[in-house]
Parts: sequence; C-alpha cells; structure tokens
Amino acid sequence: MGMTMAEKIIAAAAGVESCKAGDIETVTIDKLMSNDGTTHLTIDMYNNLKNPHIADTSKLVWIIDHNIPADSPKTAASHKKMRDFAKEHGITFYEGEGVCHQVMMEKHVRPGELIFGADSHTCAYGALGAFGTGVGCTDYLYGMVTGTSWLLVPETIRFNLHGKLNKGVYARDLILTIIGRISANGANYKAMEFAGEGLHELSIADRISICNLCVEAGAKTALMEVDDVALEYLEAHGRQPKALYKSDEDAVFSEVFDIDLSEIQPIVAKPHFVDNVVPAKECEGVKIDEAFLGSCNNGRIEDLRVGAQVIKGKHVADKVRFLVVPASRDVYKQALEEGLLDIFMEAGAMVMNPNCSVCWGACQGVIGEGETLISTGTRNFKGRAGHKDSFVYLASAATVTASAIRGCITVAEDL
Amino acid sequence: MFEAKIWKLGDDIDTDIILPTEYLAFDTVEKMKPYAFSPLRQDLAGMIKPGDMIVAGNNFGCGSSREQAPEVVKALGVSCIVAKSFARIFFRNAINNGLLLIEQPDLYDNVKEGEVAKVEPGKEIIVNGKSYEIANLPENLMEILDAGGLVKAMRKRNGLD
Repeated sequence: MGMTMAEKIIAAAAGVESCKAGDIETVTIDKLMSNDGTTHLTIDMYNNLKNPHIADTSKLVWIIDHNIPADSPKTAASHKKMRDFAKEHGITFYEGEGVCHQVMMEKHVRPGELIFGADSHTCAYGALGAFGTGVGCTDYLYGMVTGTSWLLVPETIRFNLHGKLNKGVYARDLILTIIGRISANGANYKAMEFAGEGLHELSIADRISICNLCVEAGAKTALMEVDDVALEYLEAHGRQPKALYKSDEDAVFSEVFDIDLSEIQPIVAKPHFVDNVVPAKECEGVKIDEAFLGSCNNGRIEDLRVGAQVIKGKHVADKVRFLVVPASRDVYKQALEEGLLDIFMEAGAMVMNPNCSVCWGACQGVIGEGETLISTGTRNFKGRAGHKDSFVYLASAATVTASAIRGCITVAEDL
Repeated sequence: MFEAKIWKLGDDIDTDIILPTEYLAFDTVEKMKPYAFSPLRQDLAGMIKPGDMIVAGNNFGCGSSREQAPEVVKALGVSCIVAKSFARIFFRNAINNGLLLIEQPDLYDNVKEGEVAKVEPGKEIIVNGKSYEIANLPENLMEILDAGGLVKAMRKRNGLD
C-alpha cells in the first residue's frame, strides 16, 4: 500500500520502513524551534529536572519575536532568562531577526525534516516540504532532553490545486476559503497536503501563507510537494534538502478536494472565528480603527509590495492607525531598498520592527474596547488583539491596505 | 469514580479565551487563575471549585500552543474536561500536564450547567440516571496522566521519583 508524504517523513524519523495513519511512532526530531511565548517555562522545567541535559544542542533554534523589544520589566526578565540560557548552552539564538517562522524559513527549514516548534503556526514549514508541528513547552522539553517524541501518524486530506489565482486574489483568500469550507476543526489531528499543477504557480511566500494557516483548521501539519520553485528558494538561501518526498499514487487520503484557483475571490474572516468567512465585498463599509500588515502569515516582501502598490500616492484614513510590520530583518532591508517603506510612511503608516505585533495582542498596537482591527494576522479570536470586547477581521494584504485608506473594509479593486 | 459539578461552555473554546495573551507573562499560574475564560465569562474562574468539571462542544482548546491554557484549568482544580472533540495541541498539552480529557459526543447536548455527573474514567459518565459511554485513552497517555504529567512520568520511568 502506498504512503502519504506525512507517513514517509514520520517513517524516516522513526527509522521504520513504513507506517500508516493511526500508528503511534517514536520519532527523532530534526529541529526544535522555540520563541519567547513559552521558552521561559521550558527553562524553568528544565532546571527542575534532576539530571538536565540537552540531547543535541545543534538542533535547537530559539527566537525572540513575540514581545520584541520588551514592553515591560516582566518580558525583559523573561528574555534575559532565554538569552542567558541560549548563550550558556550554545543554542542558535536570534532576537530582532524576525518572526520565528519567517526566520526558520529563511535560515533553517529543509525538505524532509521533522520539526517541532513551540508555536502553533509551525505547520508553515510544509511550504518547503518539511513536517512542522506545533507543541507545548512540556513536549518541547521532552524533545530537547531526549531528542525524540511520540507522534500519532495523521490521516491526510489532499487538496489538488488547479489553474491560477486571478489578479487581485491572494493565497490568503485561498486558505481562508478552504478553512471556511472544511471548518475550524475540519482537519483536526490530520495533515493537509497540497499538490497539483496549480501549486507550481504559487510563490514560496504564497505557500508559507497557506501552510501557516492550516492549524486554524486544526491541522497537525501542512505539506507541499517540493518543486523547482522550492528548490530555487532553498538554493538561494544556501541550503540543500534532507530528503524529497511525495505521496504515492496509491496513498490513502481521508478526503480529496479539487480546487480551481480561478474561482477564488477576495475573502474576509469575520469575528471571532477563522472559519467565519464571507466574500470581502459583503463586509465592505464596516468601519475600522486599525489595520495591520505583517505577521508570519503575510509580512513577507511580496505582501509589502502588494500593500505599497495599493497605497502609493494615497493616505491612511483620518482616525485610523495603519501598522506595517515586515516579518524579518531581511524583508525589512529589502523593502527599504525597494522604497516600499517610504511609500508606507508617506501614506501615514507606522512602520515597526519585525515582531509578532498585534497579531498576538500583547506587544504593540493592541486595540481598545469596542474597536475594530483588520489584519493579515493569523487569528481573530475574541480578545485576540486586545480588549475582550473588540473585533478582528482577517484579510489579504491588498484588502487590509485598501481598508486602511478608506477607514472601512474595502476590496482593493473598488478603491 | 468521582462526582463533579458541570460548568458548560460552547464550541471552539479557543486558547485566547482560556487564558488571554495579556496574562501569559505572569510568573505563576496562581496569578493567572482569576483570568481564565474571562473574555467569555468574566466571573467563571471565581465560581469553579476544585473537583468541578467542564463540559463543552467541538474543538475545545483550538488555537495557540500556549501551555498556560491547560495549566490554568488544572490549577483551578478542574477534574476533567468532557468535550465532543479537542484541538490536538491542547490535547497533548493537557495530558502532559496531567489534566484528564474525555471525548464524548452526546453528553454536551443532554446536560445542563450545575448538574452533577458521576465519572468513571474509561467506562461511563452518569448524569440524571443516564449513562454516557466513554473510552479509555491509549496506554502511553494513561501512563503520563497517572503520573501527573509528562515530566513526572519521565522522572518515574527513569527511577528519579
């Protein structure tokens, strides 16, 4: 019987010839990423072990991105704990470099790897054919100390992509459409795999955006076949694949969807659930107080180019704050070089340092009682971006920027 | 077998509801306790008594990998959460913290908040004389749960406790 991509990566990590959905395997983990959301908890637990040791320091990557620069003495102390521990143990460590998943994509992820991240959006790594999965700090600690963990081999839902996205429609619209269709737990415990000739038309930025959001359908991981586009990205970033896998012709999928990319329209996810999606046009006119362009989902150079093109020569609406947050230092520098940051600033936007920003509602730009945010962030849960009685709409970079200009939800083509 | 008073929550109870981001930086879980579930029901954390249980719909715990979410529920003394389904990261995190989770498809639609349930893990939950069948967790997860969490199970396995 054939195997899925997820089954092949897990089998390799478990050192077995084959495995199938439903099996529980003990796997050796290739890399372990952790950020300042929970690393201080991991360190506390580590220090409470009787004989603490790290299985393989070279596999750990620690990134401060959620609260950088520190916004309170509390977070400064938490960062110090993380920084000191990383330096003492020789752990690869970044701060100010960017949002963790973007930094991982730029510098670490290789096709065929099995990667644990102490962050739910670790499933983004599937854009380069790696099995990334989010874990809590206890699972992280176990992986850090033993180099291993247990995994229930997931069933796979396969999405065959056909055709091309129309002009003015983006990967964000595609993945929101998919989540709306299968619901917020439609892929719970499962892998979401993307393939088909339509995939080859999508940039790596698009692919990261798609895989990153799969956890909002409950997915354990997201996976994409590695093609020339992915191999070129890897080579440009100085890396080689660990292994290249794709699902066998006779692999067993729990469900198969065929999606015509040309049918996708601009989409908005309304408060307070990511699967609460409607065509963006239906939300036109909803007043906003703040707009956010950034995050591990849509803070890449491609997204900033889209936003800059929409806002060039125009201005942010009266009483509206527009936050532009490049996802990494590399993206920031590139945007600077291309003159994009000038365009945003001349339009009245605030350009911030690379971090998670208002997407996680604790760092900067949080919204107050009764306020509304339109965001390229990952989630729109109740209270996610600040006050418990506030509202978050999720949309593409184009829709978010157009909305910042009008002061109400607007599809870019209607400007 | 234990008895527990039911607190009822809905579908898609996400991690930002279980513990909002602004309280994650507290250095102890004790300090986080009053804010559990606060975006949804501000007074709920204060009303939950040790031994009580939570009954919810689909996809409980969806969202972030923040382990403070199951930790704070455990710290409130919640004996178990019974839901139609759980989000997977929360599921692992809860077991790793020794918090019992039970999947049961029918209980939620048939019980009211404030009712008392008799819970026999691995067998059944009885409310108002009606029995709802529940399954056992796989053996490796029961070992973690019985030890009180993954770190404690590791120590036990390695002869440290």
